[in-house]
Amino acid sequence: MRVNIEINGERHTADDVWPGESLLYVLRERLGLPGSKNACEQGECGSCTVYLDDTPVCACLVAAGQAEGRSVRTVEGLGTEDELDPVQEAFVRTGAVQCGFCTPGLIVAAHELVHRSPDATDAEIREALAGNLCRCTGYEKILDAVRLAAKGVQR
Amino acid sequence: MKAATPEAVPIAGGTDVMVELNFDKRRPPALLDLGRVAELSGWRTDDGHVRLGATVPYARIVGELGDLLPGLAMAARTVGSPQIRNRGGVGGNLGSASPAGDAHPPLLATGATVELASVRGVRTVPADEFFLGPKRSVLAADELVTAVTVPSAAGPQQFAKVGTRNAMVIAVCSFGLALDTGTRRVGTGIGSAGPTPLRAAAAEDFAAEVLPWDDPPALTDEVAREFGELVAAAATPIDDVRGSAAYRRRALSVLARRTLRWAWQDVRVR
Ligand SMILES: Cc1cc2nc3c(=O)[nH]c(=O)nc-3n(C[C@H](O)[C@H](O)[C@H](O)COP(=O)(O)OP(=O)(O)OC[C@H]3O[C@@H](n4cnc5c(N)ncnc54)[C@H](O)[C@@H]3O)c2cc1C
Ligand code: FES
Ligand code: FES
Repeated sequence: MRVNIEINGERHTADDVWPGESLLYVLRERLGLPGSKNACEQGECGSCTVYLDDTPVCACLVAAGQAEGRSVRTVEGLGTEDELDPVQEAFVRTGAVQCGFCTPGLIVAAHELVHRSPDATDAEIREALAGNLCRCTGYEKILDAVRLAAKGVQR
Repeated sequence: MKAATPEAVPIAGGTDVMVELNFDKRRPPALLDLGRVAELSGWRTDDGHVRLGATVPYARIVGELGDLLPGLAMAARTVGSPQIRNRGGVGGNLGSASPAGDAHPPLLATGATVELASVRGVRTVPADEFFLGPKRSVLAADELVTAVTVPSAAGPQQFAKVGTRNAMVIAVCSFGLALDTGTRRVGTGIGSAGPTPLRAAAAEDFAAEVLPWDDPPALTDEVAREFGELVAAAATPIDDVRGSAAYRRRALSVLARRTLRWAWQDVRVR
């Protein structure tokens, strides 16, 4: 089947898609958008987190056909190479990126949180990021990054 | 719709279906995207009940139904992660019919009914008659779950679950409790401690009988303990990787005791 999806503000079309393949596969393998990472394919790690119509979801658990006609925003759509999104900037500044595999999904989840609730408590931050695993950082620096990004949004 | 392509697999939030497809456990010829069916994606109140569409995601149950369906909202809050709660819902939980599904105990405890529809017509099944065994239910191949109808809370409700960590856990065992201070009934639902979710009928009758509804004093230890033991006795747990049968019974009696105390505390302050 053919799937039409608006991704990061642009219309994209993929052909010969099997309806049961995941949105993550379509993004990475068919549309050349490797920002969203593929680690577990079972909703456990959050490294594939994208916005689907403004809601953060695991792209590995969305069937390609379910994304037809909808709008998706990936980490590639948050900033540009010259001008990072403030959440990305905060991750870099606080050293919240080590191997970086978890980062794209965490950035999308954190982006949603700081825009929805810029004065989130630490408990709320942990809750909002509970679906994103990181093997490297031990999460403290990630919390720092989210706090810093939230300050930027409040201002 | 389902009748036209009986081999099509319904997909709602995809949080169970896609795991199977990604791991090639299933390769259906077609998927039926229920997310596009508007009638399934909302809820409304109706004569003391909430009719909750099959595809309303857990995040909306938490955000919108905390007052009307507190037990289900508490259970919804414990499901997976924010990303999972943004997609998954009660229709898919019932479709998978796992004994560990977190929506099930509150549905049993509140006496909810499940609405099933096919070209043959619509039927409603009490939630405690819906499950037949692990991952098996009365849902026929050509049927869809369209909604659950849950009585609006008429008293305190609780949900508690034992897992190995705070987020993203499948319940080792879980317990839902609903008190109806009007009709003086007590409803229970046990999760993950038997081939299906279970009610603890003897515990319900015991509590309804002995609770001092008229002038609620504090709950006595004996009542709480007896209630916990009757709940544990209703379970038929097995040993598996998540816990032993004996541990599950013990944990259930603690959950039941604790939730009854919390709920009774609410009765007293009301
Ligand atoms: C990381 C992760 C964590 C999880 N944590 C929990 C948890 O804590 N507690 C819990 O209970 N579950 C958990 N789950 C399982 C899953 O999220 C739930 O079972 C959820 O309720 C499924 O809903 P869904 O809409 O995503 O279902 P889907 O995956 O879309 O469907 C599930 C099944 O039901 C069928 N189906 C769906 N809708 C209908 C319908 N209307 N009529 C008939 N059949 C239908 C499908 O064909 C499929 O067989 C978790 C899953 C993941 C991936
Ligand atoms: S790859 Fe999607 S959650 Fe891990
Ligand atoms: S930085 Fe390596 S997994 Fe998070």
